[in-house]
Amino acid sequence: MMAATWATIWISAAGIAIGFALGVPLAVAAQRWWARLYISFFRGVPLLVQLLLAYYALPFLGIDLPGIVAAVGTLGLCCAAYMAEILRGGFALVPRGGLEAARLLGLTPTQTLLRIRLPIAAQAMRPALVNEAILIIKASSLISVVGILELTRSAQALASSTFEPLPAYALCGAIYLIINLSLSFAARARPA
Amino acid sequence: MMQAFIDSLWATARGLPVTLAIWLAAVVAGMALGFLVGALRFFAPRLVSWPLAALVETVRGVPFLVQCFLLYFGGPFVGIDLSPVMAGFVALSVYGAAYFSEVFRAGFNAVPPGQLEAARLLGLSRPATVWRIMVPVMALGVLPALANLAVILIKETAVLSIITVPELTFRVQGVGTSTFAFAETTLVLALVYWGLVEATAMLARATERRIERALAA
Repeated sequence: MMAATWATIWISAAGIAIGFALGVPLAVAAQRWWARLYISFFRGVPLLVQLLLAYYALPFLGIDLPGIVAAVGTLGLCCAAYMAEILRGGFALVPRGGLEAARLLGLTPTQTLLRIRLPIAAQAMRPALVNEAILIIKASSLISVVGILELTRSAQALASSTFEPLPAYALCGAIYLIINLSLSFAARARPA
Repeated sequence: MMQAFIDSLWATARGLPVTLAIWLAAVVAGMALGFLVGALRFFAPRLVSWPLAALVETVRGVPFLVQCFLLYFGGPFVGIDLSPVMAGFVALSVYGAAYFSEVFRAGFNAVPPGQLEAARLLGLSRPATVWRIMVPVMALGVLPALANLAVILIKETAVLSIITVPELTFRVQGVGTSTFAFAETTLVLALVYWGLVEATAMLARATERRIERALAA
């Protein structure tokens, strides 16, 4: 269960990292039709169904990914849609003067994004971003369904081998709770 | 191939009513329970509100799937023996209630203190204060958040397929298992959810606009 806990942590961390990395360009392009379609799809379809799509529909198209890649990828793609919505809200809070100053200083749009808009947006939206990270940690439990050994899957194995589901799932839930509470405490403790 | 699509649509017709029924029931029950918890956390002494806060944090910090497993597989060991549909309804209601309670609590907190003082000076009882003063004042403010949560709960119903609730995902996946046409069935499944979620979100936005207009007039 210890190893499975680490699996859950790194799978979630990878998903959140991919989600953030893809969420930034998506947030910038949020008004384009393809970004809208992407965000609408990944927020409109249950993650469980997205995972099933990655497992069953992608091989049908000739894309045969290893299970763990499909799982982490799906988690990341889904997370990106939510991150984009959060960051889009954050971008709206960036003062106009800051953008004008950046243009007058001769910063390229990419520099402006990475040095001005993103830091301000991420700072302002920190509670929402942490919230999304916690949602992804919880959502990572769904990848147990496609047979990847992480916390929930290991609890299932423990429950069926000991015939005592109650302590197995209670322990599993407690570990998720500890991970999530430490994350939200750490985020709150850090000076703004 | 065509047969798989037809079978999936047939399975959708059978599973969708179950999904919608559990979702609607859980939204109503979750909202009622959430309102109660939110109100207790706002008004009750710490002896009551702190344990409630811990409970809400716990429900919000544990994956919904694990809560379903706890109730459905662990429940019988402590005398709670529920059918999959009942377990799904109870789990979804409790999960929803934790989130709804936070929305209501934020709503209560947003009511100007002056109005509460006025209510007290007028001699209004506490239930009357909640129902006549606080709810009307906060209703418009919490509506978008409530609608948003309700839409999120539609997507959570898919998780119930794992504890064998015969809802949309369970039915359509069943077609996949029996015909091996996993790609087609999963595609239908995704499109049905997508449509359902978008339609519900649009309905919620339209209702909000309507209420706002009615209040402005």
